[in-house]
Amino acid sequence: MTAVRRLSYLAIFAALGVFCALASFGRAQEKPDAQKLPFTPPPLTAMPGGAFGDAVKHGENIFRHTTIYASGAIGNKLNCSNCHLGGGTLANSGPLWAAYTAYPAYRAKNEEVNDYVMRLQDCFRFSENGKILPADSPIIVAVEAYSYWLATGAPTGAALAGRGYPKLPAPPAPPDYARGAAVFKAQCALCHGADGAGQYTRGETVFPALWGKASYNWGAGMSNLNVLAAFAKANMPLGGVGMLSVQQAWDVAQYIDSHERPQDPRFTGSTAETRKKFHDTKFSMYGATVNGIVLGAPRQ
Amino acid sequence: MVWLAIFGAPAFAAPPDVASCSSCHGADGMGNMSAGFPALAGLPAPYLEAQLTNFRTGMRANPIMGGIAAHLTTAQILSIAAYYAALPVPQKPEPAPLPHGPGTALALDGDWNHTPAGVPPCDSCHGPFGLGVGETFPRLAGQPKAYIAAQLADWQTGRRKGGPLGLMGHVGGKLTAAQIDAVAAYYAALSPNPPRLPKPGASG
Repeated sequence: MTAVRRLSYLAIFAALGVFCALASFGRAQEKPDAQKLPFTPPPLTAMPGGAFGDAVKHGENIFRHTTIYASGAIGNKLNCSNCHLGGGTLANSGPLWAAYTAYPAYRAKNEEVNDYVMRLQDCFRFSENGKILPADSPIIVAVEAYSYWLATGAPTGAALAGRGYPKLPAPPAPPDYARGAAVFKAQCALCHGADGAGQYTRGETVFPALWGKASYNWGAGMSNLNVLAAFAKANMPLGGVGMLSVQQAWDVAQYIDSHERPQDPRFTGSTAETRKKFHDTKFSMYGATVNGIVLGAPRQ
Repeated sequence: MVWLAIFGAPAFAAPPDVASCSSCHGADGMGNMSAGFPALAGLPAPYLEAQLTNFRTGMRANPIMGGIAAHLTTAQILSIAAYYAALPVPQKPEPAPLPHGPGTALALDGDWNHTPAGVPPCDSCHGPFGLGVGETFPRLAGQPKAYIAAQLADWQTGRRKGGPLGLMGHVGGKLTAAQIDAVAAYYAALSPNPPRLPKPGASG
């Protein structure tokens, strides 16, 4: 089914590809949030009953407690809600209601038009370092149901304020590993641990791992400095948003993404080739040499 | 006495400094629910050290504890903290059904008001069922309601200051009196050491 869908879109790529790629890159710059449509999702207390309501609730449980409700599908210890605060309900924290209404759309990441299910599949494959779930798997259907319900009343084809993370201005000075290390030690290690491995109570994730085997892999959006810095500026620390300056957000992103993490599942066998194919931007540390280690190189 | 028999006396031999602590915090370190004195048993030693130090410096303003801590040496603080951190927390199942209401909602879902700058769920830093996390984030589960409520009020008024990154000052300041009352009741009703954790989310 996925192959058919992909084939059907091939024809229009030639005409629309360049335009869409530009539109995608420039999306956050198109117009300021004030000119986009505001949207408020329904309160969780309004969740419906019945079979559909059960799916929505299951989707919420998967989203908030991924390591428990989707343990067989993921390869790390992250919950979706670690990067989408408030269970995917909050503006400027990757809200599901804005994502749901933004697809199908062209994605430069895979140079295809993706529907929302394909987008969710990528979340599990990269950010959760997991499997490529079938489009009709109960997990995907439940998270889709939860997203759809959160988007109740939202228009399609309109830019919603608060989608993704607010685009961060360029840093005054180039992002710096040493400055980032100092920021991390002072403001992040408290929760995420000096080793970036996160913290757990009775095996349950409380603070997510920012690098290492329990974290997102090199194919995840967060492995791009611009995404991580934008997230951190608008969302961290919990209860103290605003503590990080723009420069600090870029610096600490540089530091965090200068550590090893699970391999990009699209790895071709060569780190240099994989970088060229999937990570050829100034925002990716993949393939860079940091502290004598080539990031993304296979380990023995 | 059972613990002495199982683990041998030395591990739990009380240093002389804790004699004055146990009159309020209990010989077992589990506090006094009706009087509102918090349990200290099983709390992380670095957290307990920081609290005694803060009582001594006035970062935590409390007439009783301030007076006691003023006379403690750093060595005594370390010894007391290590003693209580090592005390066992009695096992007790979580209540069934689990508490349900506005306190539960604040603990599990927060009060974000649609923005990441809102109030995050208490559990997001104090751990599942308020059991605490690591060396810095204390257990709230099973603490006296009056104690939890008083601490949140103290964060609001500045009688309790500092803490890691000043986070509780930020968070506590945003809570209403009704939220404080509800969330204090929620955590007071939970077990400080459940043998197993209920599956999250299921209680709706």
